[in-house]
Amino acid sequence: MIEVTGLTVRFGGVTSIDDLSLVFEQGTCGLIGPNGAGKTTFLNVLSGFVRPAGGVVRAFGVDLLSMTHFRRARWGVRRTFQTEQAIEELSVFDNVAVVHEHSKLGSATRKKDVLDAISFVGLDVAPGAKIRTLGAGQRRLVEVARAVVGRPRLVLLDEPAAGLPDEETSHLGEVIRRLPEHTGALTILVDHDMSLVSACCQTTAVLDFGKLIASGPTAAVLRNDDVIRAYLGVA
Amino acid sequence: MRIRAAVIVALLLFVLFGIPQLFSLYYVDSMTEVAVYSIVALGLGVLVGRVGLVSLGQVAVLAIGAWAAARLLFATTQPYPVVLIEAGLITMVAGMVIGLPALRLRGLYLALITLMLAGAITVVLDTINFPNGGRGFLGYNGSAVTPPPIRLPSIAANDKAYFQYSVVVAIVMFLLVFVHTRTRPGRAWAAIRQSEPTALATGINVTLYKLWALALASFITGVAGGLLAGASHYLYSIDFPAQNSIILLAVVLMGGAYSMWGAVVAALLYQFLPALLQNWGVSADWLTILFGLGVVQVLTTAPAGLADQVPRDLARLGRLLRRRLARARPMGPMGPVGPAAAGGDPQ
Repeated sequence: MIEVTGLTVRFGGVTSIDDLSLVFEQGTCGLIGPNGAGKTTFLNVLSGFVRPAGGVVRAFGVDLLSMTHFRRARWGVRRTFQTEQAIEELSVFDNVAVVHEHSKLGSATRKKDVLDAISFVGLDVAPGAKIRTLGAGQRRLVEVARAVVGRPRLVLLDEPAAGLPDEETSHLGEVIRRLPEHTGALTILVDHDMSLVSACCQTTAVLDFGKLIASGPTAAVLRNDDVIRAYLGVA
Repeated sequence: MRIRAAVIVALLLFVLFGIPQLFSLYYVDSMTEVAVYSIVALGLGVLVGRVGLVSLGQVAVLAIGAWAAARLLFATTQPYPVVLIEAGLITMVAGMVIGLPALRLRGLYLALITLMLAGAITVVLDTINFPNGGRGFLGYNGSAVTPPPIRLPSIAANDKAYFQYSVVVAIVMFLLVFVHTRTRPGRAWAAIRQSEPTALATGINVTLYKLWALALASFITGVAGGLLAGASHYLYSIDFPAQNSIILLAVVLMGGAYSMWGAVVAALLYQFLPALLQNWGVSADWLTILFGLGVVQVLTTAPAGLADQVPRDLARLGRLLRRRLARARPMGPMGPVGPAAAGGDPQ
């Protein structure tokens, strides 16, 4: 469980997240909103790339903000980026192994854990394959495998389906849906694809101009008048 | 893989035993310098190619290694390998002390700082001079008319043997870097080169691994400095002008900062080509122009350098020739040759 209390982020005169308080209980939670609503900033705060001006973030009872970014990753915060960041120079196996290597897990189960993660995301390529030989969808799956290997506690996915064709998006959605059960991690999904969000997320929170405008069960949130007005638009 | 290993072994055997037999002392001495500078280029390749730290001060780092080795060789009777390791360690500490604050900078600013530091080190060396058998901490005797030369290893007391000795040391340094790139630090460096946020999100302590790369590069450059001390017999501060670091970066980019072969190519360009031109009576100043053009050529057409471009282009040329031959003799002994048989062009 993540409890966010009074979170405020400012960039100069712009208040990107404004006194935000919300709770993500468990499973896969959606985080949606128009461009500039503060979604990626929120993920950046959780993963340690942005230092908030105020507020408290407690994840599973731990004060997340007191840890530096790479220590958070070791503790179990995993994230993907809007622009896919599978490591070009390394093989699929090494891409995943490097995360395991820098987690708190020993090397005894590394090979098994890495191969498990690769097969969990449904990557049907040789583990020794180089990243540059893969397609966009496969590279996204490598990133997701990097996020699930070892024992993640909090998985942050920043628009993982951006630019993918429908077929690959639905496969990715299937992987994301099974992710909390497989890893036990709380997953936060940021995406603009509402069918993906409704398919994967039991609960969803909606941001607009850095403020929470709705949260709760996904279906109810997507019918919320404020959400339709601010983000989804009237049909 | 086996063929590749066999080719490398054959090449090394030729370098170790063929070159001293076939070439004159002039070229053997030049090749000793190539061995030394291939280590320096390898160190710069680790910094530029692995973690994206552009250093314009590697020749100054080399000078620190040479100074430390010369001092130890005059002051002690320690075996040569011990002195080389000590020179490497001293240079490593110096490199890290200098580099730690510089690690907070990136790109152009880091390059500028390293150039400034190289300039500062050159000034210090101008003042304190290289050891020449004198007393005291600095070991410099300004009034010596015929200072003693820096001693050589007992097993490599002549120039040809010292060449072989240098090649063996270079091989050990290349293996040291090879092991690094294939294990934990190499994977961490690959992540850092991709992007620092990616590396941090992977749990990699980016500062630690950058410092590690800096330490490794400084260590091997220090060892190279030790080799250079023996090869030169006498060391002078004018042998290490700060601007040579810029030329070194140029040849490393031309050779290929991402591969180990690139370091060898860089050293050949940096040391062997001038020796060749000098022997042919051509002014080495042409090289400055050549390197300038070469860097532009490489940066526009082959970011991974000649070590990547030349084999690729040769393979392409080979395919082209085979196709031409096949077209000229469609029913030749190789049988009908189509696009599939010509081997798919990966590019």
